[in-house]
Amino acid sequence: MEPITEHTGIGVPLRRSNVDTDQIIPAVYLKRVSRTGFEDGLFAAWRGDEQFVLNVEPFDRGTVLVAGPDFGTGSSREHAVWALMNYGFRVVISSRFADIFRGNAGKQGLVAAQCSPDDVELLWKILENDPGTEVTVDLAEKTVRAKDFSAPFEIDDYTRWRLMEGLDDIALTLRHADDIAEFERGRPAHKPVTLPAAQSQ
Amino acid sequence: MAEKRGRTLAEKVWDEHTVRRGEGAEPDVLFIDLHLVHEVTSPQAFDGLRLAGRQVRRPDLTIATEDHNVPTVDIELPIADPVSKTQVDTLRKNCEEFGVRLHPMGDAEQGIVHVIGPQLGLTQPGMTVVCGDSHTSTHGAFGAMAFGIGTSEVEHVLATQTLPLRPFKTMAINVEGTLRPGVTAKDVILAVIAKIGTGGGQGYVLEYRGSAIESLSMEARMTICNMSIEAGARAGMIAPDETTFEYLEGRPHAPQGKQWDEAVAAWRELRTDADAQFDAEVTIDADALTPFVTWGTNPGQGLPLGESVPDPEQLGDESAKFAAEKALSYMDLEPGTPLREIAVDTVFLGSCTNGRIEDLRAAADVLRGRKVADSVRMLVVPGSMRVRKTAEQEGLDKVFVDAGAEWRQAGCSMCLGMNPDQLEPGERSASTSNRNFEGRQGKGGRTHLVSPLVAAATAVRGTLASPEDL
Repeated sequence: MEPITEHTGIGVPLRRSNVDTDQIIPAVYLKRVSRTGFEDGLFAAWRGDEQFVLNVEPFDRGTVLVAGPDFGTGSSREHAVWALMNYGFRVVISSRFADIFRGNAGKQGLVAAQCSPDDVELLWKILENDPGTEVTVDLAEKTVRAKDFSAPFEIDDYTRWRLMEGLDDIALTLRHADDIAEFERGRPAHKPVTLPAAQSQ
Repeated sequence: MAEKRGRTLAEKVWDEHTVRRGEGAEPDVLFIDLHLVHEVTSPQAFDGLRLAGRQVRRPDLTIATEDHNVPTVDIELPIADPVSKTQVDTLRKNCEEFGVRLHPMGDAEQGIVHVIGPQLGLTQPGMTVVCGDSHTSTHGAFGAMAFGIGTSEVEHVLATQTLPLRPFKTMAINVEGTLRPGVTAKDVILAVIAKIGTGGGQGYVLEYRGSAIESLSMEARMTICNMSIEAGARAGMIAPDETTFEYLEGRPHAPQGKQWDEAVAAWRELRTDADAQFDAEVTIDADALTPFVTWGTNPGQGLPLGESVPDPEQLGDESAKFAAEKALSYMDLEPGTPLREIAVDTVFLGSCTNGRIEDLRAAADVLRGRKVADSVRMLVVPGSMRVRKTAEQEGLDKVFVDAGAEWRQAGCSMCLGMNPDQLEPGERSASTSNRNFEGRQGKGGRTHLVSPLVAAATAVRGTLASPEDL
């Protein structure tokens, strides 16, 4: 994962609430076995509409998505995060994120910045009145800036630290491999295993 | 915390699985007892292991099945869609390479991942269960802590059998009273979601409690826990009791002999202590519930079947009004139309929400001696091959076929339309599945979420209906 401390890019106003992961990428686009190429499915149902924000210059070059509350609800598909990142987004701003989406974003280096509903509304107005306005998201300061607008955002400190350091979760956990092995030795014998005994540890 | 108070069920299961407490902002390291794997969210995770030169740490705590994009007809033939076929083939190769048990298409134990875990007796009280699928919450019906994860987390569990997580908050959902005849677990959970909203459960694990919950069968409890995610929650749980133990005893992976006694003794401790405190509480009056259906494009947009399509102007805040306007436009519905007058083209009976044997029995009881309306196509998709076999032994397949419904093989099918079972643009379904999102069942398709009883009655009448309308 690439470390990220600050990102600046064109802001894209998406005036919708409850943008679920089926909207971000419909199930028929989930069949690849790679982590790339999912940008073709991003908001597939809406991309057919010429007026849809990503079909409008200069928003099609946006990297900071500003969406309504309850972004990323529904299915756990990490493909939603890959589709956004494959398209070029580095940040999503919303007043409320679904838990699994927020977790997936943090693993991949997509910043999920939670702002107040009022600040999201102000950002929408700025981006709509002056398309192409750049938005800066500063992880060190936990602030979002656009023109003379500046507001705080929330992100949990551990995710922020991992994003800024670009750290791989698995390597972090494997530092505690001894603790895991010790825990395994103490598990109750009645817990089930999926494989016949001969193949089990 | 110095103050000593009782713990909730969720807190007890969490504590028992904490390998290491996080310090400061650091998450806990939580041990995972059972990892369920399917073809859609796993290929990139196995690939990650390969790139890093890592192994599956505990293949003996991992099990895979093919469910999301398998066809439900002609399963003896190769999968026609080459991209779906690649995904299924990739799972087979990965399971072979990493030593993971797999139930492939056509196997007697193949089925939807959340149907086969409980069926095999692999899901047990007090366990931690994860899967790269948000409906993993289903397994919480056994008093397990079960939740959906993304593909990076799938890779993390494969490599370490743990997850780094902060504890979830707890919310009690008290469902007190007695459900009327014809009111099912599906109606309860749709009413819960309508009450707390699709974001109401965010950050929480829900514990369903109260007399109405205690009276439910295991399969009905699974229906309720299944849709916890539709309320935004990480997980849903129900404390194990005699109903749970009775369901588990004798299943292939249930403990036996002395270990069974030890297990039951441990499981009896899995209850929220009387002096425990939830972070939030909600109460639902079971006596007042009636069959519930959705009218909009998120699972919180639901109403009792006896009501009419709402007028967005009458809805509280601007955001709800805007969302309702968008939903009604997509659903092609007029405010004020009685829900019972909405005609459907398709009825889908199946999914991890309502694809178990009791669901099929309930629908068959309504359809016995009746016909599916000429204007309606009805698909019956058992949740697993074992459910299918049991249904055939009971003659339910004949009831469905005689009524004019299609009797299919097991899989996720039209719940999410990754296989060929999809709605055409503009088509409208009454579906026992869990999501009515735009395009969920096929591009341009319109979905009304319903119980198996309402699904069957709707198939007969051609418009949304409950059995008492027949």
